[in-house]
Amino acid sequence: MRGNGYLFAAYAITWIIHIVYLGTIVSRYSRLKREIEELKKSGVRSQT
Amino acid sequence: MKRAFPILGILTALLLSYALYMALIGAPTEQTMGNVQRIFYYHVPSAWTAFILFFVNFGASVFYLIKRQPAADIVALVSAEVGVVFCTVVLVTGPIWARPVWGIWWTWDMRLTSTLVLWLIYVSYLFLRRFSSGGQTPLLAAALAVLGALCVPFVYFSIWFFRTQHPQPVMGGGGSIDPRMLHVLLINWLAFSCFAFLVCWSRYRLERLQRDVDQAHALESLLDPRGRVR
Repeated sequence: MRGNGYLFAAYAITWIIHIVYLGTIVSRYSRLKREIEELKKSGVRSQT
Repeated sequence: MKRAFPILGILTALLLSYALYMALIGAPTEQTMGNVQRIFYYHVPSAWTAFILFFVNFGASVFYLIKRQPAADIVALVSAEVGVVFCTVVLVTGPIWARPVWGIWWTWDMRLTSTLVLWLIYVSYLFLRRFSSGGQTPLLAAALAVLGALCVPFVYFSIWFFRTQHPQPVMGGGGSIDPRMLHVLLINWLAFSCFAFLVCWSRYRLERLQRDVDQAHALESLLDPRGRVR
């Protein structure tokens, strides 16, 4: 079983890269949701 | 469409799990390199997926240059971003494979250097998109994307035209592969392609939403607190 450490390192790093990228998408989405809520609130304020 | 996303997500997760199982256990062990050769099942499909995404970026950029449709601009941005992620995987897994097999992490041969240059071109494309705020940014980015796409065939064919340390291509080149290994390779490619498609889809939706919010902010800044135009 030669090179197992390298093999697992390569697979782990691949998934870490993908998960970090997915994490940035999720955080951008939640920030955007907050912005939408604020926009809705300010829209209600201007109507009243 | 909203229902299709979780179903496709579950199917892709199952496919990725099966592909991982095949890569680690199902595929035969290579006699010379041993288990370290299995890195190939992540490295090569990631490279192919990145190339496809860069070609999508090229097509969308050309379409944007001709038609000036914002949707094409979003597709170009999203495919470049996800393509860079996959290209990063290629640049990281390659040296991890090279260290035990070649005895070195990196060498400045044509395939490796051209892949790094390709990655740098698309990273600069993303920097341009991120930090340039002028109205001409999508146009400049589309022009850069067309130049970047010219690099993709150069990277792929570099091992045909130059003497490099990199192994020969699996398909269409001088290399040969066990059919069972090819099967596992194609399963992994399919799994990563489905995954890339889903990521692009969610990123596309996010970008559209972001642009709608930006537009709403711009409109809001034009109106006074009573809702009249300033």
